[in-house]
Amino acid sequence: MKPFIVSVSPHIKSEETTGRIMWSVSASLLPAAVMGAYFFGPRGVITVSLCILTAVLSEYLYQKALKKEITINDGSAFLTGLLLGLNLPPSAPFYIPVIGSFVAIIITKQLFGGLGYNVFNPALIGRAFLIISFPKLMTIWSEPTAAFVMMDAKTGATPLGILKEEGYARLIEVFGDQMNLYSQLLVGYRAGSIGETSVIALLIGAAFLMYKKYITWHIPFSYLATTAVIAWIFGGKGAFFTGDPLLHLMSGGMVLGAFFMATDYVTSPSLKSGQILFGIGCGFLTMLIRLKGGYPEGVMFAILIMNCFAPLIDRGFKTTFFGAQKK
Amino acid sequence: MPLSVFRGGIHPPDKKELSSEKPIAETTPPARVVIPFSQHLGAPCKPVITIDQEVKKGEMIGEPTGFVSSPVHASVSGKVLAIGEFLNAMGRMVLSAVIENDGKEEWTILQDHPDYMNLPSEAMKEKIKNAGIVGMGGAAFPTVVKLSPPKEKPIDTVILNGAECEPYLTGDYRLMLEKPSEVIEGLRILMKVLGVQKGYIGIEDNKPEAVTTLKKAAAGESSVEVCSLPTKYPQGAEKMLIKTITGREVPPRALPMDVRVVVQNIGTAFAVFEAVRYGKPLIERVVTVTGEGIREPKNLLTKIGTLVSHLIDECGGLKDDNLKVISGGPMMGFAISSLDVPVTKGTSGIVAMPEGEIVHAEDFGPCIRCGRCIEICPMGLMPSMLSIYAEKGLYGGAKEYGLFDCFECGSCAFVCPSKRPIVQLVRLAKSQVKP
Repeated sequence: MKPFIVSVSPHIKSEETTGRIMWSVSASLLPAAVMGAYFFGPRGVITVSLCILTAVLSEYLYQKALKKEITINDGSAFLTGLLLGLNLPPSAPFYIPVIGSFVAIIITKQLFGGLGYNVFNPALIGRAFLIISFPKLMTIWSEPTAAFVMMDAKTGATPLGILKEEGYARLIEVFGDQMNLYSQLLVGYRAGSIGETSVIALLIGAAFLMYKKYITWHIPFSYLATTAVIAWIFGGKGAFFTGDPLLHLMSGGMVLGAFFMATDYVTSPSLKSGQILFGIGCGFLTMLIRLKGGYPEGVMFAILIMNCFAPLIDRGFKTTFFGAQKK
Repeated sequence: MPLSVFRGGIHPPDKKELSSEKPIAETTPPARVVIPFSQHLGAPCKPVITIDQEVKKGEMIGEPTGFVSSPVHASVSGKVLAIGEFLNAMGRMVLSAVIENDGKEEWTILQDHPDYMNLPSEAMKEKIKNAGIVGMGGAAFPTVVKLSPPKEKPIDTVILNGAECEPYLTGDYRLMLEKPSEVIEGLRILMKVLGVQKGYIGIEDNKPEAVTTLKKAAAGESSVEVCSLPTKYPQGAEKMLIKTITGREVPPRALPMDVRVVVQNIGTAFAVFEAVRYGKPLIERVVTVTGEGIREPKNLLTKIGTLVSHLIDECGGLKDDNLKVISGGPMMGFAISSLDVPVTKGTSGIVAMPEGEIVHAEDFGPCIRCGRCIEICPMGLMPSMLSIYAEKGLYGGAKEYGLFDCFECGSCAFVCPSKRPIVQLVRLAKSQVKP
C-alpha cells in the first residue's frame, strides 16, 4: 500500500486558485479588447498581442535564467500584458509595447520579488515609463476607424485632450451635442487607448467580475464617486457646481482604471475600509491632475501614487479582533 | 431570542450525506485495545495496573495526576499485555496500555441510579470526574474542570454544541436523533451542577431533523431551548457558538466562563448522563468512519483503544486510490501516517480521502493579498499577514497581528487561492514565540 499523505489541517480547500482569478480577469477584458480591435483595427490587435507576448516571454526567460519556478501558467503575466496593451495608443510603433511589457514584468514585478511582492501595478509602471520616455509617440491618438483594415488612421485628440486644450464648449461642438458626446463615450467611438474607450464593454466585464466576487464595489465605487463629485464641483469653468461628472467618468482611462487597475489585489489595500480610502485617494488625485496638472489624464499616476500608500493604509486600518473592546 | 451570527466563516461542502442516514452501530469487539494514558488536555494519568493483570471493563487503569487531568478506564475485560509507548493519532508516542480482550465483557459494578436528578451537585460532579469524561468534540478538555469555575466567575448559561460544523462528521447528529432524551438529561445534569437556569442546544440548520427531534424531546422543559443556527463553518467553535446564541463575545484569550457560559459537546452530554445515572465511565464513543476513500461509511459505537485499522475493516476497507486518512474532521483533524493508532476520547471521526479530494501541500504560491482570508476569519484577524510574517521568520510581527487569538479553524487556508499553508505557518510561529 502506498504511504499516506500527512499534512497539516485543513485537509480540504476551495476550488478557487490564483490562476483561475487571473484568467477570469483576463476573460472579463475580452469585450473591451474586441471593441478595441473593432475601432482601431489590426494595429490595435498587434499592439495588444505584442504586449502579452513580451510579458509572458519576459517572465519565462527571467524565471528560467534565475532557475526559479516557471509561473507563466498562473495568468498574471498574461493579464499584465493585456492590461498594458489596452492602455496604449493604437498608433504607437511596435517597439513601444515590447519595451513597456519588459519594464512591467522585469523591473516592476520580478525585481521586486515576483507575484505578490510588487509595490506598483506593473502595467501602469510600464505605461508610465513609456509616457515619460516617449512623450510624443505616446500621445498621438488615432481616430477610431471601425473598418478592420491596416491603414494610417487620421490622428485626432482625445476628449480629455480637447477639454484641456480647447474647453468644454469646443468638445460639445466636436461631438455635435451633449447627448451625442455621452453616447459616443459609452460605445467608445472616440480617440484614446485601445481598450479604454468602450465604457459599455468595460462595464460588462466589470459586472462579470463583481458577480464572481473577484472584485467588490469598494474601490471602483469610491473612486468613481469621488471623481464625479470633484468633477461636478470644480470641473466647470468660472463657477462651482457646473462641471460635467458624466464626461469625466466616461472619458480617459477612468472605467478601465477604476474596475481593472485600481482593484489589483497586490497593489491595493486588503481591508474593505482601507479600500474605500484608497478609492477616494485615486479619485482625488485623478481630478487634481486632470483639472490642475500638466497632463489631460490622471488615472495612471493617481493609481500609482495610491499604490505606494496601500501597505500604509492596511496598517492603519487593522481589523478588530473578535471580542476586543470596540472603541 | 435574536441570533447574532458571528462575522466571517465559510461554507465548505459538508459531505454529511455519506454517513448521515447510517444509524449508530456497535463495532465488533476488537481482539485487543491500546489505551493511551493521555487522551486529554492536561497532565497524563499514572498507570495503576501491571502487566499480566486481569482487568474488568470499566476498571480504572490510570489515575489523574492533577486538577486538569482525567482518569482512563479499561474498555474491555481481559489481560494487560503491555504498558509502553505507542503511536497516537497526533503522531506522538504516548504511554499506553495494551489489553487483550477476553470477550467476556465483564463489567466492574455498574449501578443504576434512577433518582439521579436528586443527587447533590457535588456528587454528580464526582461521578463525572471519576468517569473520566472529557470534551468529546476533539479538544478533550476534562469536563469536570469546566464544571468547576472559580467563585468570582458565575455561570448563567450552559450550551450544548450540536453544530457539528466539521464536514463529513455525523456522530453527534446520530446521537441527537437516536438518544434525544438522554442528551437532554445530560444537559440538565450539567445545568444542575453549575446551578444554571438556562440551557441551550445549538444545532446548525442543515440538520432540521435533529432540531425537530430535540425540540420534541425538550417540549416540557422550559429551561432548555433548542436553537437552529445558520450553517456556517466554524459555527461549532466555542466562541462562535456563544456569540450566535447569546450575543456575548468572549474577549481575546479569555474563556467562555468569562462571559458566564459553559459549552459542552453533544457526545459529552450523553456521556455525562450515563456516568451520573449508571456510574458508567467513558470507555466508548461514536466515531464516524467516512469519506470518499471508505467503501462503506458508518457511525460506529467504538471502544476507546480500538485501532483505526479495525474500524476501517469494519467499514469494508479503504478504496485503492485512498491517499489520506484523517483523525477528526477535514478542517481541524490530524492526518495519520499509520492505521495502527487507537481511537481516543476525542476521536470524533475517521475520514479517508482519495486523490481527487486532496490538495497537495507543496503546491502553494505567494500571497496575492486578495483579502479573502481577512473577510472570512471568524476571529477578525488578518491571516495573510500572519502567514507572511511567519514565512519570513518574523514571529514577533505575527504576534502583533493576533497570532495567539487564532484557534486554527482553517477557514483561511480553505479559501486561499494561492493554497498557502496558513495554519501550518501559524503553528510554526506559535511554537517560536511566547504568548
